[in-house]
Amino acid sequence: MAEVSRPVPGQRRRAVAQVVAPLIVFALVIAVWLFISYVLLEPRRRFLMPPPQEVVRVGFFDGRNVAEILGALWSTTQVAIVGLGVSIAIGTVIPVAMIQARWVEWSLYPWAVVLQTIPILAIVPLIGFWFQFGFSSRVLVCVLIALFPIVTNTLFGLKSTEQAQHDLFTLQRANRVQRLLKLQLPGALPAILSGWRIAAGLSVVGAIVGDFFFRQGEPGIGRLIDDYRARLQSEQLFASVALSSLLGLVVFWGFGLLGRLLVGAWHESHRSTE
Amino acid sequence: MSSRRAAVQPTPDIVAISSKTGSAGVALAFEHVSKVFPDGTRALDDVSFDVHAGEMVAIVGPSGCGKSTLLRLASRLSTPSGGEIGVSDGNLGYVFQDATLLPWRTVQRNVELLAELAGVGSRERALLASQAIALTGLSGFERHRPRALSGGMRMRVSLARALTMRPRIFLFDEPFGALDEITRERLNGELLDLFERERFAGLFVTHSVSEAAFLASRVLVMSARPGRILAEIAVPFGYPRATELRFEPDFAVVAGQISARLREKLT
Repeated sequence: MAEVSRPVPGQRRRAVAQVVAPLIVFALVIAVWLFISYVLLEPRRRFLMPPPQEVVRVGFFDGRNVAEILGALWSTTQVAIVGLGVSIAIGTVIPVAMIQARWVEWSLYPWAVVLQTIPILAIVPLIGFWFQFGFSSRVLVCVLIALFPIVTNTLFGLKSTEQAQHDLFTLQRANRVQRLLKLQLPGALPAILSGWRIAAGLSVVGAIVGDFFFRQGEPGIGRLIDDYRARLQSEQLFASVALSSLLGLVVFWGFGLLGRLLVGAWHESHRSTE
Repeated sequence: MSSRRAAVQPTPDIVAISSKTGSAGVALAFEHVSKVFPDGTRALDDVSFDVHAGEMVAIVGPSGCGKSTLLRLASRLSTPSGGEIGVSDGNLGYVFQDATLLPWRTVQRNVELLAELAGVGSRERALLASQAIALTGLSGFERHRPRALSGGMRMRVSLARALTMRPRIFLFDEPFGALDEITRERLNGELLDLFERERFAGLFVTHSVSEAAFLASRVLVMSARPGRILAEIAVPFGYPRATELRFEPDFAVVAGQISARLREKLT
């Protein structure tokens, strides 16, 4: 395997540059932010874009605010996790069934596409009517958003087995289970993990959106953001949004890591890009 | 899957062939085999020949003449449209042109694959695999993944994998076709060593006249589509054969004969 025993000076310089570059952009963003807050906005209207240090002071250094925001975020995270888990469970079983019989694929796949095209925001109130506003309804919203990418990517992965590999198994008189467990699923893993990564991000969005529109039941970060907006508590609002974004980032990075661990040894797509 | 399982059950035709393959040391028998594909392509037309136990037979022919189809029929990946095919032993070794390794498995686990599918226990599997790995010059590469191997090494893994099942009949579908000349010649030599040691029955499909003449004791020349056997040329050299054989005048004569038949047009 291609191995580098120790970092060559050029490589170390590159690694440093890769960290410094986004930091420079970040500094520029902060500069623009400060400009807007203090120069473009008069004090009366500064709530539209509170200065970054105020966001940090009120949002992160005020104990009560922090507790409120983190509590809501945790509630939302739980919904997202369960939603993702259910989506993965359903979204794996269905493609496995689809590859066993073409008629399963033909009958179910169009409905998966319909699922993708339904405007979720229009459906959320309906879900509230039918299933009330508890935990399971929120999970349902997440599943509706996250299921399709998992089904598509898993199906794509399972179908990407080469004919020659199938022939190899046929020659050995492998049964369906062996074919599935030793050939199709391992081979599909890169695509499956890509699907999970996309779905994880969507599940977080789904949890927040569901919460935002439900307005009842256990409050999550979505509702809190809306409350802050209504009360013009813009520092807390910005802090909540920042933390939600951070959640999304952690999820994205986490699944990237999972991909690298499980598949990086043999598949290009999940190797860390140099 | 289930339809393929049904094809393995003995039908009257296959039993008749089995009596032929059981006696006189015939390992593989093709009797008036023809194959027409669903789209109407006539791949093979009335092909008949035998491969005896311990014999290496090569088939040369132009691209698309149905050589690979013959192997697919012999291994039951496909069924003939006409005629019968008999094998003396259901345990066939098949080496594809593409090594077809599973990229997520190490060399060791790739070599063990067929035994694993056949339900062989892990200790025995590991033993069979080590033997095959030693025989094919892969020692030291057990923990490598296919992506780290050259084309020639991957083909060795493919060979080792087939060897673990100890087949008595080997089907080779242009296994070295995708390799460079030097690797190809080296692997020819290694395959010959293996053949001389194990003495399986082998059917070797290739484009290369010199490869056919070097490996086999009989070379069958196939016509262009629809494939027919045009000629059978005996290779008069015994085993073991040295690499230098390629450069001897007698070898050139045999290769020339084969080449000439290949170029003949059907009148």
